[in-house]
Amino acid sequence: MKPLMFAALALALGSAHAAPIAMEDQSQLKVPAAGSASGFVPPAESELPDNAFGKMVREGHALFVDTKRLMPDKVGNGLNCSNCHLDQGRLGNSAPLWGAYPMYPAYRKKNDKVNTFAERIQGCFQFSMNGTPPAADSAQMTALSVYAYWLASKAPIGVETPGRGYPEVAQPAQGYDFKRGEQVYQQQCAICHGAEGQGQKVAQDYVMPPLWGKDSYNWGAGMHRINTAASFIKYNMPLGKPGSLSDQQAWDVAAFINRHERPQDPRLVEGSIEKTRVKYHANDGVNLYGQKVEGVLIGKGVL
Amino acid sequence: MIPLDRILMSSLLLFSVTAVNAADGQKIFSQGGQNPAAMACLGCHGVDGKGMAAAGFPRLAGLPAAYLSKQLHDFRSGSRKNPIMEPLAKALSDEEIQAVTSTLAAMPSEPVADTRRQQMAADSTQKLALYGDWSRQIPGCVQCHGPGGVGVGEHFPPLAHQPAAYLVAQLNAWRDGSRSNDPNQLMVGVAKAMNDEEIKAVADYFAGAASQEVKP
Repeated sequence: MKPLMFAALALALGSAHAAPIAMEDQSQLKVPAAGSASGFVPPAESELPDNAFGKMVREGHALFVDTKRLMPDKVGNGLNCSNCHLDQGRLGNSAPLWGAYPMYPAYRKKNDKVNTFAERIQGCFQFSMNGTPPAADSAQMTALSVYAYWLASKAPIGVETPGRGYPEVAQPAQGYDFKRGEQVYQQQCAICHGAEGQGQKVAQDYVMPPLWGKDSYNWGAGMHRINTAASFIKYNMPLGKPGSLSDQQAWDVAAFINRHERPQDPRLVEGSIEKTRVKYHANDGVNLYGQKVEGVLIGKGVL
Repeated sequence: MIPLDRILMSSLLLFSVTAVNAADGQKIFSQGGQNPAAMACLGCHGVDGKGMAAAGFPRLAGLPAAYLSKQLHDFRSGSRKNPIMEPLAKALSDEEIQAVTSTLAAMPSEPVADTRRQQMAADSTQKLALYGDWSRQIPGCVQCHGPGGVGVGEHFPPLAHQPAAYLVAQLNAWRDGSRSNDPNQLMVGVAKAMNDEEIKAVADYFAGAASQEVKP
């Protein structure tokens, strides 16, 4: 069923876009200018009503912060939603839910259609969680959507609220450098994420998320773009010390992280990295998929 | 045929050589090191190594050997200050530090409740412990110290079942600069962002091993 759907989708895309096949940036929505303070304050836990709605919000919150354990059949790697959306999806400049919810439905080039919020979350599960998206009408999707809706209470609809997404960090004039990035990584990141990017566990569960390898985001995730990872890192890492890295350091370390292998892009075209690169990665921000780095082809994937 | 006394001699030699090369961690814990200034751990940290809550002496049992070893070396260098531990650490040899920290790491500790970041925070203390306060760039304690404060790897020691007075003293030491041995200065910023009340509240929370948490 699923391969058939992918094939049908690929076919439809192929025929519809004979000329411009390259995919552009993940989101067609703009991200507010960097530096603008996030002005929106999501509701406090204490404001949550003690009724069926409140109960659903709590369920969505639990799924959001403990995704891997509560949705083991949907999450294919070791990540939780809250790994990329800090402070339970509340934190400005960390792709907060209150910034995302009011912007959907929206057109996305990534799948060339108008996406509902549920479809946007499905994208997270397919790529960032390297898993199987919950159905749009499933109880889990409802809970996650209700949690996002609640955090966006009183936010204006269809307005680019400052703090939405990860603010863009322009590529430095010097570009990026893997060697410098590795230095930044070992000095600033390895203490939590491990010298080999493997993350750290207590018992079976990750406490600090893996940044590459089989338990991390796949080659189709937005975070595989160096520019996106640099933005996330600059504004959110190291945990508790945002903004402590220079733009150059953020780009260098993002490039170092995203040169490492991770699960294959689930949209892999006819088993070909090159065809997948041309179709989905050639014009998708700054990324290394399908390119050679120091003689090694990037994008082979790991199982 | 080798005479009996030669067998005895050589085995005795072998034994003494081993004894010199491998310090006895258990002995250091209960009787102290070669240098009399290296006092036995159990005098202050308890016969079970679980600390003395009333005096604020920390639990050592079950802490990672690498973490304990770093602390002893930091007491020697002065990047962690304590009038009792500094001379004591200087009196221990590198080999003795290795031995005693391995022994301590292997000692049993109280189980930590299998608590998760799952429920919404019920009060401000639980909020700090589980989720932090990002308006002040304070991550939740468990985000680095693990579920229930059980500890993660060699750099993030357990908070669970540490005496509250010890945890308070450490947070205050980071605030006033008398402790500065945290890797990447991760704790100093957190501690300086917290106030006295919050420090006492989270210390009590983890001293009680976060056992009061409820499942959703």
